[in-house]
Amino acid sequence: MQYMLMVYGDESGWTKMTPAEQQQGAAAYMAYTEALKAAGVLQGSNRLRPTGTATTVRATDGKAQVLDGPYADTKEQLGGYYLIDVADLDAALSWASRCPAVGHGAVEVRAIWSM
Amino acid sequence: MNLLPEQMPGQARDMADAVARRSYGKLVAFLAARTQDVAAAEDALSEAFAAALADWPKTGCPANPEAWLLTVARRKSIDALRRNQKIDAEADLSNVAAESEAGAGEEIPDRRLALLFACAHPAIDASIRAPLMLQTILGLDAQAIACAFLTSQAAMGKRLVRAKEKIRQAGIPLRVPEREDMPGRLDAVLEAIYAAFAEGWSDPAGTDAARRDLTGEALFLARLVTELLPDEPEALGLMALLLHSEARRAARRNAQGDYVPLAQQSRELWDGQMIEEAEALLLRASALGRIGMGRIGMGRIGRYQLEAAIQSAHVERRRTGQANWAASLALYDALIAMTGSPVVAVNRALVVAETDGAGAGLAAMPQMEGDARLAEYQPYWAARAELLARAGRRQEARQALEIAIGLAGDPAVRRFLEARRVEFSD
Repeated sequence: MQYMLMVYGDESGWTKMTPAEQQQGAAAYMAYTEALKAAGVLQGSNRLRPTGTATTVRATDGKAQVLDGPYADTKEQLGGYYLIDVADLDAALSWASRCPAVGHGAVEVRAIWSM
Repeated sequence: MNLLPEQMPGQARDMADAVARRSYGKLVAFLAARTQDVAAAEDALSEAFAAALADWPKTGCPANPEAWLLTVARRKSIDALRRNQKIDAEADLSNVAAESEAGAGEEIPDRRLALLFACAHPAIDASIRAPLMLQTILGLDAQAIACAFLTSQAAMGKRLVRAKEKIRQAGIPLRVPEREDMPGRLDAVLEAIYAAFAEGWSDPAGTDAARRDLTGEALFLARLVTELLPDEPEALGLMALLLHSEARRAARRNAQGDYVPLAQQSRELWDGQMIEEAEALLLRASALGRIGMGRIGMGRIGRYQLEAAIQSAHVERRRTGQANWAASLALYDALIAMTGSPVVAVNRALVVAETDGAGAGLAAMPQMEGDARLAEYQPYWAARAELLARAGRRQEARQALEIAIGLAGDPAVRRFLEARRVEFSD
């Protein structure tokens, strides 16, 4: 089954880190990504620009409204994702628990609705 | 079991009833093992039972009713797949068809343990785990479960459907966990079984048939786990604890339906066989603990073994007239260290009072500031009143008893406390 691991965290935390800490943080994610690749389960992954760059589109009365800002203002924001292919939820949860994000934020695990 | 209508003719109905009790969960677990679709397995099985009701009175009961039901249920589930062609289901018809050809006449593998672990999976909301087990393993319908858990049928039905959808859509495996994950995962299973038992237990007079049956259903589940995981000390401990409680059911109320405290219960009303089984289970659990010391998942003494051991000490005290309060105290200390439960602390304080006097017992009572729930916990106030009375502080004892009476939900307990109030005022 395919699962999306959605990485949530307080994005303002990143800017408050020293360059050395940022380097350390990035290295942890690189190592995690490498582990997912080595296990042959990684299907795709990306890091997102902060929500300050977000633009939200919604149609009202058939007319598209473009708004500056994220869909919802939350304390922790979606900062990236991993798309993985594993046997079941237990395997997905096991990978999620190893993601560096669980130390400073949270990882939401959702099954892909295959079409 | 609410699967079968009352009007089914005698023998076929008895047979179907017996098969339902013995095999329902086994068939659901087997049918859902590959698809993880528990709801579809239940639907197919209930159609198979309906077919049995129609056929068996005419053709006689089949030699292997379990296999008969499985074959029909599989055919029904293939029909359902053909009908729906669910876009999100891997509608692998040839696979299902092949499976249904294979294994005919063979013993159906028992995958109920895997189903139990799926029901108590950490991704399933804790409060629906016990109802889910009762439905999928024992075939209780939403109405019976709702009644036992004092909630509406509509709400219970909806929550059960949602939980089964989560198992299928989120991909919760129907699998027994690996040994390294076993302790935590098993705790969740045992906790859900204990919750089911406690629901049934909260109707001590046994006036509400649905709730009384729940203790029996919980015992069935606990026994199932001990049979399928015979080397897990905590599973044995839970079974021992439930048996000890159940053994004293008849003695908990007198002929007038009044509450009878343990110390005054008539021992002839205790079920000696259950007590003996509980003691044997507890011995086996502790032997396993010693053998398995140091191995992962083994050798751990957990809350159920400790609670069962406390029950065992109560029984021993009544049987021999000899109290080993020091041993009881040690058990309570271990249980508090493990759970930090203020409820356990109340019971421990009563033991302290036996060894060191009422004053020491009062001092050992948990502090209400530490836990607001204590203020609403009736046994806390009743125990406090007893100890205050023993310490000669009658005025305070009466006040505590007033609060206990005000909090008592069970009329039999309220009557018992009111009688105590009369004694205190003399």
